Amino acid sequence: MSVEFCGLRLVHPVINGSGTFDALAAREAFGTALNVEFPFAAYVSKTITLEPRRGNPPPRLWEASGGLVNSIGLPNKGLEGYLAEDLPALASLPVPLITNVMGSTAAEISELLEACDARAEIAAVELNVSCPNVKTGLDIGADPRQLEEVLRTVRPRTGKPLIVKLTPNAADVSACALAAEAGGANAVSLINTLRALVLRPVSRKGPSAVPERRPWLGAGTGGLSGPAIRAVALAQVAAVAERAQIPVIGMGGVSTAAHARDLLDVGARLVAVGTESFRDPVAGAKIARELAG
Amino acid sequence: MSKAPFGRRLLRVTGMDELGAYRVLRVADPDGPEPEPGQFAMLTTAERWGAGENERPYLARAFSFARWRDGQAHYLLEDVGPGTKRLCELSAGEEVWTLGPLGQGFTAPGRVGPHPRRAILVGGGVGIAPLAILQDALECEVTVLLGFRDGARAVGAALLDGAQVATDDGSAGYHGLVTDLLAAELQRDPAAVVYSCGPAGMLEGVRAMCAQSGTPAQLALEAGMACGFGACFGCVVPRHGGGYLRVCVDGPVIDAAELDVVEEHNGAPA
Ligand SMILES: Cc1cc2nc3c(=O)[nH]c(=O)nc-3n(C[C@H](O)[C@H](O)[C@H](O)COP(=O)(O)OP(=O)(O)OC[C@H]3O[C@@H](n4cnc5c(N)ncnc54)[C@H](O)[C@@H]3O)c2cc1C
Ligand SMILES: Cc1cc2nc3c(=O)[nH]c(=O)nc-3n(C[C@H](O)[C@H](O)[C@H](O)COP(=O)(O)O)c2cc1C
Ligand code: FES
Repeated sequence: MSVEFCGLRLVHPVINGSGTFDALAAREAFGTALNVEFPFAAYVSKTITLEPRRGNPPPRLWEASGGLVNSIGLPNKGLEGYLAEDLPALASLPVPLITNVMGSTAAEISELLEACDARAEIAAVELNVSCPNVKTGLDIGADPRQLEEVLRTVRPRTGKPLIVKLTPNAADVSACALAAEAGGANAVSLINTLRALVLRPVSRKGPSAVPERRPWLGAGTGGLSGPAIRAVALAQVAAVAERAQIPVIGMGGVSTAAHARDLLDVGARLVAVGTESFRDPVAGAKIARELAG
Repeated sequence: MSKAPFGRRLLRVTGMDELGAYRVLRVADPDGPEPEPGQFAMLTTAERWGAGENERPYLARAFSFARWRDGQAHYLLEDVGPGTKRLCELSAGEEVWTLGPLGQGFTAPGRVGPHPRRAILVGGGVGIAPLAILQDALECEVTVLLGFRDGARAVGAALLDGAQVATDDGSAGYHGLVTDLLAAELQRDPAAVVYSCGPAGMLEGVRAMCAQSGTPAQLALEAGMACGFGACFGCVVPRHGGGYLRVCVDGPVIDAAELDVVEEHNGAPA
């Protein structure tokens, strides 16, 4: 089942979606068993930004019909904290490490890529241009012209494989994929969460006047993931894989090997498991095993 | 803390008993690690999880270990929505996916502060669950104060030994808040460690009272959770000094000194 991906040899085609598996927290919770059968063939970090971020105010989660709406807000230690504290620990994982980064300007992204380039522990970099919770990410990734321009500027800053994580909240996702390719990306990954809104339930207590309907999530809107987005993901991955020459990482609602197989069959090189890992942290390993068998 | 086996495990339900307004679910886990008081598990029924109201539940749900006896985990359940409703329907012989034990449990009195010889357990509603397994483990003098909305819920007090009960509607025990009972206890003798779990409003009362009397307090918090093992960053509460704590991995038991205030963070309609 081993796969070649941007010069890396992976033992199977299943990795994690950024921000859906914290390997260091998992090691605390599950101990050394984590390394015995690490569930993914490569480990993708949460999105790292230049400066530390606290993330969005709670509530950050809403269970939707067959899915999850989140407004986590990319909490992270910032580049310096990540490189100093997390990277040495992550280096002991038994699989290659992909660091996911996000910046709001080409200059910021350049700084992030340069810093990653200097670290041997990092096998590849994934650039998040698609987070619906942060305005800048959406802006860069949703417009093909701007995306290509930014990538042309930042691409020379690293010799490592560069994966561009596209936003699904764009008018023409395959145009964005082609722009990423033209800008020098070695691969694209999709889909990220779909922008979504949920309102606070109407109070059941008493016959109050017209209730004020406020958003449930602390940040207002959030992003939808899980089974609810599976068919959208398949359509977008198929459209991108048909037109792009570079490899595609497909994700969105994968909970079983059959879902992963669908994405591979429409042209994805790798698949990523996100929300399903919340329900079972070994989901990635189960899916990989079933795909092989 | 006890570490969880990696991955959720399919375990057999051995019993489901009524306890007033609550249910006690028993699950055989002969090979599982014994949980420490305050730890929890993420549960999902093996069959018919989903297809409830709004096609929920989808994610697993968090439950404190209420007791661990003869290789069986006991959970105290209150039906408040699609997930707990489905779990309450289980009966012996059915199966439940279990991920756990997870999180940081209670710290023993001797390691909390200068008063290792007396513990005060303050519980509210279904939040009495982790206090039962804690009482099983404590060797010091224990005072148990439990508050409930009504008499049907106050039946749950049988889970612990020697509880003083308060109800909001006066249908059992003291008519009023359990924090009134705590105030009297602390007035009598503040040299103790307080262990508490229950609704946010009650926990905030406990936190504020203990801060005032200088009594160390360990609070078991609740938060909406998607994973239970630190993966989603969804279960946060603000921490004293800035930033957030993840309730699932930094808690659910958190030293009161780490919090400025305990608030409801689920956006529930007031
Ligand atoms: C560490 C920990 C330990 C716990 N221990 C116990 C225990 O021992 N016993 C016990 O009975 N309970 C316990 N709980 C609470 C239990 O996990 C919840 O009651 C349960 O998750 C509710 O699920 P539900 O589907 O039944 O209800 P839900 O419908 O999820 O409703 C519960 C609350 O969630 C909010 N809500 C409503 N709809 C949604 C939605 N779509 N998405 C997100 N939130 C929504 C509302 O505020 C609602 O009041 C514990 C929780 C934690 C975190
Ligand atoms: C709680 C949560 C946090 C996420 N955090 C990030 C992130 O930090 N960076 C990123 O690029 N994608 C993030 N994502 C998106 C996922 O990597 C993935 O693209 C998306 O969830 C779709 O896959 P799924 O349906 O399998 O979850 C996050 C998703 C969720 C649910
Ligand atoms: S529930 Fe996912 S991080 Fe706490």
